[in-house]
Amino acid sequence: MATKAAASADTFPKLLIRNAGIYGTRPSMRHKDLGIWQTWTWSQVLDIVRAYAAGLHRLGVRRGETIAIVGGNRPRLYWSVMAAQVLGAIPVPVYADAVADELAYVLAHADVRFAAVEDQEQIDKILSVMARVPKLELMVYDEKRGLRDYDHSRLRPMDDVIAEGRKALADPLVADWLDKEIAAGKGSDPSIILYTSGTTGASKGVILTNEGSIRAAADTVAFDKLTENDVALAYLPLAWVGDHYLNYAQGMVSGFCTACPESPDTAMADLREIGPSFYFAPPRTLELLLTRVMIRMEDAGTIKRRLFHYFIGVSRRYGERILNGQSVPFMGRLLYGIGNLLVYGPLKNVLGFSRVRVAYTAGEAVGPDLFSFYRSIGLNLKQLYGQTEAFLYVTAQPDGEIYSDTVGPACPNVDLRIAENGEVQFRSPGMFSGYFKDDAKTAEVMTPDGYVMTGDAGFFDEKTGHLKIIDRTKDVGRLNDGTMFPPKYIENKLKFYPNIREVVALGDKRDFVCAMLNIDLTAVGSWAERHNVVYGSYQELAGHPLVYDMLEKHVAEVNRSLAEDKVMAGAQIKRFLILHKELDADDGELTRTQKVRRGFIAERYAPLIKALYDGSKDADISTEVTFEDGRKGTISARVKIRDMKSEPAPLGKAA
Amino acid sequence: MRATGGPEAAVGDVLLSVENVSLSFGGVKAVSDVSFDIRKGEIRAIIGPNGAGKTSMLNVINGFYHPQQGRITFKGETRTRMRPHEAAYGGIARTFQNVALFRGMTALDNIMAGRTLKMRSSFFWQLFRYGPAMREEVEHRHRVEEIIDFLKIQEIRRVPVGRLPYGLQKRVELGRALAMEPELLLLDEPMAGMNLEEKEDMSRFVLDVNDQYGTTIALIEHDMGVVMDLSDRVVVLDHGIKIADGTPDEVKRNQAVIDAYLGVAH
Repeated sequence: MATKAAASADTFPKLLIRNAGIYGTRPSMRHKDLGIWQTWTWSQVLDIVRAYAAGLHRLGVRRGETIAIVGGNRPRLYWSVMAAQVLGAIPVPVYADAVADELAYVLAHADVRFAAVEDQEQIDKILSVMARVPKLELMVYDEKRGLRDYDHSRLRPMDDVIAEGRKALADPLVADWLDKEIAAGKGSDPSIILYTSGTTGASKGVILTNEGSIRAAADTVAFDKLTENDVALAYLPLAWVGDHYLNYAQGMVSGFCTACPESPDTAMADLREIGPSFYFAPPRTLELLLTRVMIRMEDAGTIKRRLFHYFIGVSRRYGERILNGQSVPFMGRLLYGIGNLLVYGPLKNVLGFSRVRVAYTAGEAVGPDLFSFYRSIGLNLKQLYGQTEAFLYVTAQPDGEIYSDTVGPACPNVDLRIAENGEVQFRSPGMFSGYFKDDAKTAEVMTPDGYVMTGDAGFFDEKTGHLKIIDRTKDVGRLNDGTMFPPKYIENKLKFYPNIREVVALGDKRDFVCAMLNIDLTAVGSWAERHNVVYGSYQELAGHPLVYDMLEKHVAEVNRSLAEDKVMAGAQIKRFLILHKELDADDGELTRTQKVRRGFIAERYAPLIKALYDGSKDADISTEVTFEDGRKGTISARVKIRDMKSEPAPLGKAA
Repeated sequence: MRATGGPEAAVGDVLLSVENVSLSFGGVKAVSDVSFDIRKGEIRAIIGPNGAGKTSMLNVINGFYHPQQGRITFKGETRTRMRPHEAAYGGIARTFQNVALFRGMTALDNIMAGRTLKMRSSFFWQLFRYGPAMREEVEHRHRVEEIIDFLKIQEIRRVPVGRLPYGLQKRVELGRALAMEPELLLLDEPMAGMNLEEKEDMSRFVLDVNDQYGTTIALIEHDMGVVMDLSDRVVVLDHGIKIADGTPDEVKRNQAVIDAYLGVAH
């Protein structure tokens, strides 16, 4: 098994050599170029990476120093990571869509002298902040287009670097030296520094080691029985721990093939063409897919629509039980079989899920209906819980033990416990070795006995023993009357409606709960088209009275479901408004992984929040927005506020 | 591309010159006695207020209109009359002010259509898509895929053009013009009706076409910022008459141009 062999190789470069040996002719990486899928085998990859590493060494890259990787999911950027590791240098991937300011912070903080960069767009961004990264000496770029007239004293095409390295390797002495470099790598060496998305202030550089990463990946590869025959599509940000873990580390350990999409916008179509067997999607992506399917079904012919809704009903009744191997009446099985032929099969094919054997979702709570929808059509979707500091996995759901409201038991070799204040703490093989250049912060999150504090509040479910995550420890608040107020819990209930894209719930240390909503332009736009609602812009649509009416119904339904729970009945939403603009990571309102940054939003939308609580019917707001190129503009609007009535508790309970 | 020595080196030779061209429709003088030239490898802008005769000038260049007077010399060949398809064979491609694509066809097919002129195999072989026709199609498809990659429109390859937003349609149209591998590319308001971000993308594509393929470009544009950033030289028309010609800086300072745009006190 792959896992056993992995134990002998304690660094990624050694794993690469092993893979080239045992899976030499198997595909390691695919990339769609000029409309055709190109394939590189493990031995080809080893060959390229060796040449690349030799080339980088000639340019001055040395053991122990950092090298930035800036760009999207492209084979050569993955190879840049490998080449850096061959030399014992530490790759520091940076989010491709980071604005210049964030980029400058990471490049400067990580002390990089070298950067492997995707294209002109990224180079322009770096050049614009050059003054803030004085240590940066050289950028190696993948895509040469548009760069010919640039001053090349600090730029070098990746092709040339690889070609020069290859020439140098023709000398047996150099080849010998490179082998020794690889052998000199130790398992305890840092293998990568991943900068956290910065939900709370400036991002921190999480240092992971070769050995830890490989051991963690080997555990989960065995857990999910991944082999060299599996295929994954790498479409999530290169700099995110998820991509580095799921695709890079697991790929290296198991020898599976990683496919890179043609461009970030074609990921959906590429997914379908590649038909991966291992798949990861954040709940947001799953939501987006489902919304799109539902919208398209609304536009389909009557027969197809009826067929779809009937069989989705069937799958809701029996699908999950069939997937879990529970007993299902004969008629149920028969109907599900027909449904699979007519609806689920084709649907999975369109979504690219036909061959998926293991799928995960994580990052935030997933709506129970959303989760069970995918499971009921036969996708083996599971949840995991983790964070960058753990090198992703802390818990994961084993096959057959799936519950939408838990994130599963601790992974193999992970020690998990709940602290007195309800915080989840863990100790794991893949655990980080510290924050880069920030021992104080490292000490802050470590307990004296070596556990990492996650900052998430959770508890073990009594029935199943699985972990349940409620919210960030510091986000769980209380209303003035003492009612518990977990904002995420309420927000997620609202976000399950396709019309609602983002929610910010307010209530901590206040008298009642209010909500600020973002409409989903795709869903509401399509609704507007069908109902002849005319609008000229996002802002206009968001402020439309009919849209308000529609969302009011959703909020009322959520209130009703909150009322069912004794603890939460007091946390019903009393007033809400629809924001005039989409919350955007470029404006600092969301993190790069699309999580809401509460503190910042509270400051930015202070006039709106004040109006929510002083009883006004509307409020004026003017906000600065940042375009992708870093330029700024202003949007102002008058935002209306709706009052909600409190839903009674269901009969039979306290009234 | 590098092997060609770079377009900069080539700038200088006159690719096309317009001499004393006049064009009128009945009593309306669209263009009167205009002369200017376009040098190889440059980006040449034609600007002017509404109704200045810019589009007419472009239509004269690619043979759509025939001027009553004057001569046009393209690649050393002087002519007074030429039809659009002759211009196309000669290496002049263009895009239109109002997008003119086959709306029911996919982006890919639209761009493939731009390769029609380069098809050599007979109708018979093409009908069966066999033998030489198949080989040729693969070759053309490769070129088209390069253009799709260049314009970053991979995700809309299979989408019927009619369903695309305006900005993307413009990009597909540029792709179709590029598929002809023109020597001279005429762009009629490539950025009209676009938002800031789309304009920036388009500007980058125009610069990249010029840089990477060494294509000579003549463009009409209203956005002065874009014109000043993109073009090497600018010719200014007003009421069919050339009022200025020079580098963007020269033109910006020219009093006649300022008057034409801002109006003069009477």
